[in-house]
Amino acid sequence: MSTDLLAALVPALPLVGAVILASLRRKLSANMAGGLATALIAGSFVASVLLFLGFDANVGGRTVKLLDWIDVGGMQIPLALRIDALSLTMMLIVTGIGSLIHLYSIGYMHEDERAPTFFAQLNLFSFAMLMLVMGSNFLITFIGWEGVGLCSYLLIGFWYKTPEYNYAARKAFVMNRIGDVGVVLAMVLLFQRFGTLEYASIMDMATGVNDPLLIAATLFLFIGATGKSAQIPLFTWLPDAMAGPTPVSALIHAATMVTAGIFLTVRSSVLFELAPFTKDIILWIGTATALLAASIGLFQNDIKKVLAYSTVSQLGYMFVALGLGSYSAAMFHVTTHAFFKALLFLGAGSVIHALGGEQDIRRMGGLKGHIKITYITFLVGTAAIAGLPLLSGFFSKDLILAFAFQRSPVIFGLLLFGALLTTFYMFRLLFLVFYGTYRGKAHPHESPLTMTIPLMVLAVLSVLGGLLNLPHLFGGNEPMKHFLETAAAGIGYEHLELSALTEIILMGITTTLVGIVIYVAYGRFVKTTTLEGEEAAMPVFKRLIAQRWRIDELYRALFEKPYSWLSMNLFAVAEKKVMVPLMNGVGDAAIRVGDVVRRVQTGNASFHLLAMLCGLILFLVITLLSN
Amino acid sequence: MEQGIITAIRTVPLDHYVLLSFLLFSIGVAGVVFRRNTIIILMCVELMLNSVNLLLTAFSAYHSDPRAQVFVFFIMLVAAAEVTVGLSILVMMKRNVDSVDVNQLNRLKG
Repeated sequence: MSTDLLAALVPALPLVGAVILASLRRKLSANMAGGLATALIAGSFVASVLLFLGFDANVGGRTVKLLDWIDVGGMQIPLALRIDALSLTMMLIVTGIGSLIHLYSIGYMHEDERAPTFFAQLNLFSFAMLMLVMGSNFLITFIGWEGVGLCSYLLIGFWYKTPEYNYAARKAFVMNRIGDVGVVLAMVLLFQRFGTLEYASIMDMATGVNDPLLIAATLFLFIGATGKSAQIPLFTWLPDAMAGPTPVSALIHAATMVTAGIFLTVRSSVLFELAPFTKDIILWIGTATALLAASIGLFQNDIKKVLAYSTVSQLGYMFVALGLGSYSAAMFHVTTHAFFKALLFLGAGSVIHALGGEQDIRRMGGLKGHIKITYITFLVGTAAIAGLPLLSGFFSKDLILAFAFQRSPVIFGLLLFGALLTTFYMFRLLFLVFYGTYRGKAHPHESPLTMTIPLMVLAVLSVLGGLLNLPHLFGGNEPMKHFLETAAAGIGYEHLELSALTEIILMGITTTLVGIVIYVAYGRFVKTTTLEGEEAAMPVFKRLIAQRWRIDELYRALFEKPYSWLSMNLFAVAEKKVMVPLMNGVGDAAIRVGDVVRRVQTGNASFHLLAMLCGLILFLVITLLSN
Repeated sequence: MEQGIITAIRTVPLDHYVLLSFLLFSIGVAGVVFRRNTIIILMCVELMLNSVNLLLTAFSAYHSDPRAQVFVFFIMLVAAAEVTVGLSILVMMKRNVDSVDVNQLNRLKG
C-alpha cells in the first residue's frame, strides 16, 4: 500500500467511525458501537505503525497533499498531511493510547444508554486530534485544534442532565476560545510576514530572521497553548473538565489534547528559538503552573481532581522544558506522561467503577485486597510519575531537571520542590485509596478484562517508556531526540553540557528526597490515616490552598462581575432607553403610515382600474417626454 | 388579400380609421372604468381589443403589409381565451354573491 493512502487512512478511519456511529447510534448496542470504534482506531494505529516502520528519519519529512483547498489570490492552502518524526510520534501516542482507552471504554460505558454517542464523539475526537498533529500547515492544525476543543466540550458535558457538568463544559469551551484567538492572531501575523502557512516553508524562511514580529507571533501561539494545555492563566477549566466520563479524562485531558500546546510549540521551534523573550515567559509560566497546581493537588479529596491538578502540574514541567529550549525533553515527557497519566486515570476509573461511582478518597481505603490488578497497575503509575529510578517518569523528569540546573540552580530548586509535592500527593492518593481499612459502604469488585488489559499494557509502557530516550549515562544514545531532530530544527540548538558526575549527583539528590517524601507520606497516611476535615476548620494558609488559591473566585471578581455589571447597565441604559424606544418607534411609525396609506385600497374594482389607467398614462407621458 | 377589398378600404382616408379606433377604444376604457355591470365591463374589454384590430387592419391595407394581420389573428385568439376565463369568473361571481355588480367584490378593502 502506498504511503499516501496509509497517511490518509490514519485520520479517515476514526472519521468514518464517528459518522457511522453517529447515524446508527439508536440502533447499535453499546458493545457493538464500542467494538466498531475500537476496531477503527486500532486500524488507525496499525496504519501509523506501518508508516513509522516505512519512515526513514534521515530522508526527512514528506508532505502528502490530498487536495487543493483554499486558492485565493496569493493565498494557497492545500489540505495536506505532514509525515515526519514529530507527527509520527504524536500519531503513535494518539492512536496507540487512544486504542487502549477505546477498549477500556467498552467495559466502563457498557451500562450507559448513550454509549454509541459516546463512542462516536470519542472517534471524532481521535480524528480531530490526528488532523491537529498531521496537518502540514497552521490552518489544518487549527481545524484539528478547534475540533478537539469541540469534542472536549461535548464529552465533558456528556452526562448533560447534571447542570454542573454543563457548566464545566461551557467553562472549558470559553477558556479554550480565549486561547484560540491567540492562535488565529499568530496565524495572521505569520501569513502577513511570510505569505504562507506551510510549516516547512515558514521554518525555512524564518531561519536567522531577526524580527520583533516573531516575538508577537510566538507570544500569541503561546497564548493558544496556555488555553489548550491548561497553563496559567487559563488552567482552571481542566480540573472542572473531570466532570466527563473517566476515559475522556484519560484520553483528552491527560494524554493527548492537553499536549497540543506543547506539540504546536515544538512544531514552531524555529520561531521560538528566534524569540528568546517568549521562551523566558514560557519558562516562568511553566514553573509557576507546575508549583501552583502541585500545591493544590495536596489537599484535594476527589480522586480525579488530584490527577487533574497533577496533569496541570506536569504540563507545566513540559512548558519549562520548552522555555529552556529543550524540545526533545518536552516531547519525551509528553510521551511518558501519556503512558503513566492515562494509566492513573484509567486506574482511577477502575476504582470508581469498583465502588459504583464513588470518587471521594475519604470514603475509600484498603482496596488493594479487593481489586488487585488495579492496585498493582496504579502503584506502577504512581511510582512512574513520582520518578522512582529506572521508571519512565524518572528519565523524562530528570532530563528536564538537568536542563533546568544548567540554566539556573534556582529553577532547578523550584522544579525539584514541585516534583517532591507531586510525589507526596500521588502517594497520599495511593495510600488513602488502597491502604488502611475500607471506609465506604459499597462492595468493591474488580473490573472486567476489557478494562484491566489496557491497565496492564499501560503499566508495562510506564515502566519501559524510559528506553525510548535512554540517556548516555545509562548506556543509551537518546534515540528519541535524534529521531525528533529530523523534524523540529529547534532540537538542533539543544545542548546539555553537564558532566556525568553532576548528573549523577542531581539524580542522587532527587531520588533521595523522593524516597524521604514517600516515607513521610507512608507515616502520615498508612500508619495513621490522616483525612482532610472541613475547609472551614483549616488554618488560613492551608485553607487558601485547599480552595485552589481562590483563583476561580479571583476570575469571578476580575472578569465575571465587571462583565455582568456592564451587561446589566447596558441593558438598563442602552437597551431600555435607546434600543427599545428606537425599535418601537420604527414599528409605530410603520403602523401610522400604514393606517393612512391603507385607505387607498378601497376594494372598488372600478377605482383600481382607473388608478391603473392613470398610472399607465403617467408612465407613457414620462417616457415620451424623456425622449 | 383580395385587391377589391383593399381598394374598398382605401376609399376611406386613414385618418378616419384612426379617429374611429380612438373613439371605440375610449368608449371601451370609459366603460371598464365607470360601469358597474361586470358583463358590460367584459364587453368593453372586447371593444378595446377590436378597436386595436381595426387599426391594425387599416394600416395593413394602406402599407400593403400582411404582418399586421397576423397580429389581428393572435389578438382574436387571446380575446377568445380571455372571454372564456372572464365569463367563468362571472358565473362564479353570480353563484357566490348573487349579483354581477363589480362593486360587490370589495373584500380587498384595506
